[in-house]
Amino acid sequence: MAIEVRIPTILRTYTDGAKAVDASGATLEELIGDLEARHPGIKARIVDDGKLRRFVNIYLNDEDVRFLGGLGTPISDGDTVTVLPAVAGG
Amino acid sequence: MRFDSLIESVGRTPLVGLPRLSPSADVRIWAKLEDRNPTGSIKDRPALWMIEQAEKDGLLTPGCTILEPTSGNTGISLAMSARLKGYKLICVMPENTSEERRQLLRMYGAEIISSPAAGGSNEAVRVAKGLAAEHPDWIMLYQYGNPANWRSHYESTGPEILDDLPTVTHFVAGLGTTGTLMGVGRYLREQKPDVKIVAAEPRYGELVYGLRNVDEGFIPEIYDEGVLTTRYSVTSADALKRTRDLLATEGIFAGISTGCALHAAIGMARKAVQDGERADIVFVVADGGWKYLSTGAYEGTLDEAEDRLEGQLWA
Repeated sequence: MAIEVRIPTILRTYTDGAKAVDASGATLEELIGDLEARHPGIKARIVDDGKLRRFVNIYLNDEDVRFLGGLGTPISDGDTVTVLPAVAGG
Repeated sequence: MRFDSLIESVGRTPLVGLPRLSPSADVRIWAKLEDRNPTGSIKDRPALWMIEQAEKDGLLTPGCTILEPTSGNTGISLAMSARLKGYKLICVMPENTSEERRQLLRMYGAEIISSPAAGGSNEAVRVAKGLAAEHPDWIMLYQYGNPANWRSHYESTGPEILDDLPTVTHFVAGLGTTGTLMGVGRYLREQKPDVKIVAAEPRYGELVYGLRNVDEGFIPEIYDEGVLTTRYSVTSADALKRTRDLLATEGIFAGISTGCALHAAIGMARKAVQDGERADIVFVVADGGWKYLSTGAYEGTLDEAEDRLEGQLWA
């Protein structure tokens, strides 16, 4: 089961410059674990102390996972996961 | 409607139904036309509240200089009030904001200091904070951290919506400073605990996320995640498409951030239809399309418009 994970510019040093990579997992936590196995070092930039880092947003099919189930959010085949740093608007 | 001055006419904007974009008689979408404010955007509300709070607190006296990081609309609102009340205004604006916004600010007499395009508003905030430290006599109202920002919506936008539509079930707005969602969200939640508060966050081109590391990210100090039901990230392509749909189907000429909010509102409407639930979904038309004409958002194919918008701050 492959899920497309979109990687922001600042984390592409871990993915050889790839904008999107494949990973698998039944939950977001498993997905990030698989991502780490394929691209060592990336997990620590996304997760800190078992929680999403404060300035990192992750979207499952465009919905913020903090409002779904956090790292426990279930993921299904065909979903898209997007990682983005938090930026200001206004 | 008669007012003693332009400033008095802030707020009390129309709420209009969108019969063609609403999926059914039970699931309706409503537009809160904030472009009908004196300088043409929703930011007239927080700008006025922040200035008047600073006056009450004795921070602002005639002749004072106001400093503000802004991508445009807040600056334009502050510039109008500053002109009428006798303040100077300095705006720190990212380079990648539309020319119309700059012309308007200059016309109102504001000084513009540009911040680098990469990093978007994060950089404007950083530059403004540096300037504030160097010039302690300048007053930075700081929309991202000023409670008067969200309070303007708690005291005006929220009550207006509930008065006009007591059956409201959803409120959808763009997420920038987060002031609109925090203020309207808190007010409606107190009055109607089941109301859904939905944020539509613009997803910009990569340049805007061009931070050097993730710890340089920015979350406005006034943001409280607990107020929201959920939060969607909306691409420039979807925002542009909805902005054009809104004009084509309902006749409303709006700015691009409105398309962003409408995209999330239509998503909520679809969900209500699927779940067989009644819904009255209010979304915010934050401004009109006038200030974005030079971006090419309304001309040519959607793909062309999307390419032209790449790297621009459109909300």
